[in-house]
Amino acid sequence: MSELEAFRAEIRAWIEANCPAEMRTPVQGEDDICWGGRNFVFKSAAQKQWMEVCAAKGYTVPDWPVAYGGAGMNPAQAKIWREEMARAGARPPLSSFGIWMLGPALLKFGTEEQKVHYLGQVARGEIRWCQGYSEPGSGSDLVSLQTYGEDKGDHWVVNGQKIWTSYADKADWIFCLVRTDKTNTYQGISFLLFDMTTPGVTTKPIKLISGSSPFCETFFDNVVVPKSQIVGQLNRGWDVATYLLGHEREMISGAGGGEQTSTIGKVLTRNGLDDPMLRAELAAFDIDALAFAAMGEKFLDEIKVGKAHPAQPNMMKYAGTELNKRRHELLMAAGGSTALEWESEATRGGAPSRSWLRTKANSIEGGTSEVMLNVVAKRILELPGA
Amino acid sequence: MPLYYTEDQAMLAESVTGFMADEGGIKKQLRHWRDTNCKDGFGHGLWKQFAEMGLTGMLAAEADGGLAMGHVEAGIVLAEIGRNLTPSPFLTTSVMGVTALKEASDDLRGRWLPGIIAGETVLAVAIDEGAKHKPEKIACRAEKAGNGFRLTGAKDFVVHGASADAIIVAARTSGSDSDADGVTLFAVPKDAAGIGHNAVRLVDSSIASHVRFDGVELDGSSVIGEVDGGRAMLNKVLSAGRIGAAAEQTGVGGGAFAMTTTYLKTRKQFGKLIGEFQALQHRAAHLYSELEIAEAVVIKAQQLLDGGSERAELMVSVAKAKAARVCNLAVREGVQMHGGVGMTDEYDIGLYMKRERALTEFMGDANYHAERVAQLSGY
Repeated sequence: MSELEAFRAEIRAWIEANCPAEMRTPVQGEDDICWGGRNFVFKSAAQKQWMEVCAAKGYTVPDWPVAYGGAGMNPAQAKIWREEMARAGARPPLSSFGIWMLGPALLKFGTEEQKVHYLGQVARGEIRWCQGYSEPGSGSDLVSLQTYGEDKGDHWVVNGQKIWTSYADKADWIFCLVRTDKTNTYQGISFLLFDMTTPGVTTKPIKLISGSSPFCETFFDNVVVPKSQIVGQLNRGWDVATYLLGHEREMISGAGGGEQTSTIGKVLTRNGLDDPMLRAELAAFDIDALAFAAMGEKFLDEIKVGKAHPAQPNMMKYAGTELNKRRHELLMAAGGSTALEWESEATRGGAPSRSWLRTKANSIEGGTSEVMLNVVAKRILELPGA
Repeated sequence: MPLYYTEDQAMLAESVTGFMADEGGIKKQLRHWRDTNCKDGFGHGLWKQFAEMGLTGMLAAEADGGLAMGHVEAGIVLAEIGRNLTPSPFLTTSVMGVTALKEASDDLRGRWLPGIIAGETVLAVAIDEGAKHKPEKIACRAEKAGNGFRLTGAKDFVVHGASADAIIVAARTSGSDSDADGVTLFAVPKDAAGIGHNAVRLVDSSIASHVRFDGVELDGSSVIGEVDGGRAMLNKVLSAGRIGAAAEQTGVGGGAFAMTTTYLKTRKQFGKLIGEFQALQHRAAHLYSELEIAEAVVIKAQQLLDGGSERAELMVSVAKAKAARVCNLAVREGVQMHGGVGMTDEYDIGLYMKRERALTEFMGDANYHAERVAQLSGY
């Protein structure tokens, strides 16, 4: 047995022995997700147990180093972990912006002390993070952000407002872009971390066209942030932010649907849909979706060997989100008047229409489609003045 | 298998790219043969050079003198043919023809493969009957006559038909026109009595034939595979032709796109390079994204076909449809962004538009393949 085969057997046996049966059913909705954090209310004892046994082995963040709460798996081992989790139908033990976003940033830009402290908390599900980037006047033009941290010697005093802060009302800490030099646009922003219970921090949920949402407005009124809570260098937070945005765009694009991508035409026409025009649209969509899945697979293959263009995630984000919007337009068309129901049991509380509306944000959040096209034009096509 | 070229494939791509740019370029080949009104529409000298490069027999078995390569490798050649708009019998001969002959009798392989490998023989493939691709229906009939067959009927859009040394013909040997069974493939030599050609120049300057078979006598040795059981073989030939055309289309689209972005970086209006205008930047960036997706799905389908996957048929149709749509977008945007000069014969961009149209029709257009995707997906 090769080393990797032995590893696979070990992982398979461990999941078999440790994953509670309740954690091997598909995630039905938002409230099935384990986010962790100081105020998190576990939905079941099994959910808590599954997070804790995984955390004890470093399996909540399998590819992070052991010293920072991970299991130190190499890429091949991490792939086996994902495959075995999928095989067992096991739910992710812990989901969080700390894992997906702050983690990669800290691993690259954090000090050793920060890594041990913050990453460990994330890995154990102790602290739940939110992201403070956008502001009411700084959406696509993020770099124009105005939230200001005034230098007071050993700390900053932060004033300003963030918007679209996902789960700000539930998060324990925030990683936040703050202007620390008003005379320099790009090199005048710092990447700060602070506790959401710090005096002066308030949040207000935002209701969307799709209904209630995790988004919040977040206000800072003379919030004191110690100087030790900066990631990377003073005024170089933009480097950290853009590095992180790359991760976010990859995530939103849904790269890596791979071979398993099924066609929606098959799903929708199973119910006896007899509409040749819609069938034609579905086939056209399936062609684009299957082709995009091949692109996602190619992109992930190329990343592994360093062949992918660094700006390629922007292209993936653009194409993937536009495709997802189209998908939901078709789901609504196929659903007819049933899909219009906003509050009914048949639609599980208006799931089709709420999802359809929610996808409209896909091509806005994390960089609009138009900004993605700007980046492709400039960095990949090298068009003049872009 | 990762979706990028292996080291060997990357080496092949490098040498083919250089070779096609040097020898297969638009001025040297396409414009030359068009403007001298060549009856073949392609150059036999270049076909010889293809052979010297080992390309003409790349899909043939090693025992037959070939290189035993697959559709990924053939696609590398076709993409460069597309990029340079090189008129060539490569797709009909070395891809579709060899796919059929590969599994033919010793006799047939011995008769045709050496000439193909040497760059002396050209094949055409006669499948379509009528103006649209619809191989589910085959009316051209080959009736039993003595020890052989008598072939009667008509075929259309037989590319290189009048120039070919042999035509691979899909004919009906039993049953009615739309039956799946009862189809047989024949290798019909050009000098057989009773073949009539009406060869016409197409919009892209290639020459295709309306072929009539008036009681063409064929002996049993011209049968490829099984009598009445040729549908599976025909499907292989179709898949080879479709993924080959799709690969060529990514080259045509890529070539048009490269020409267009270069133009955006050089043409000035209103005191600015037109590539500075965001209206054009966004369209160019969208097109780039579509081209990347088309290239990815083409290599995916090539790998599945080479690996004998059961998903290959579906993904070949996805690839042919996607490549067609994207290549079409590339040439339309290309002509529009070139403005007035894009309409002139002097500029090459219009030649890309012409080639795209012909390739789209070849072995099924985007709508044909969308229909297949729906059917193969079960709806």
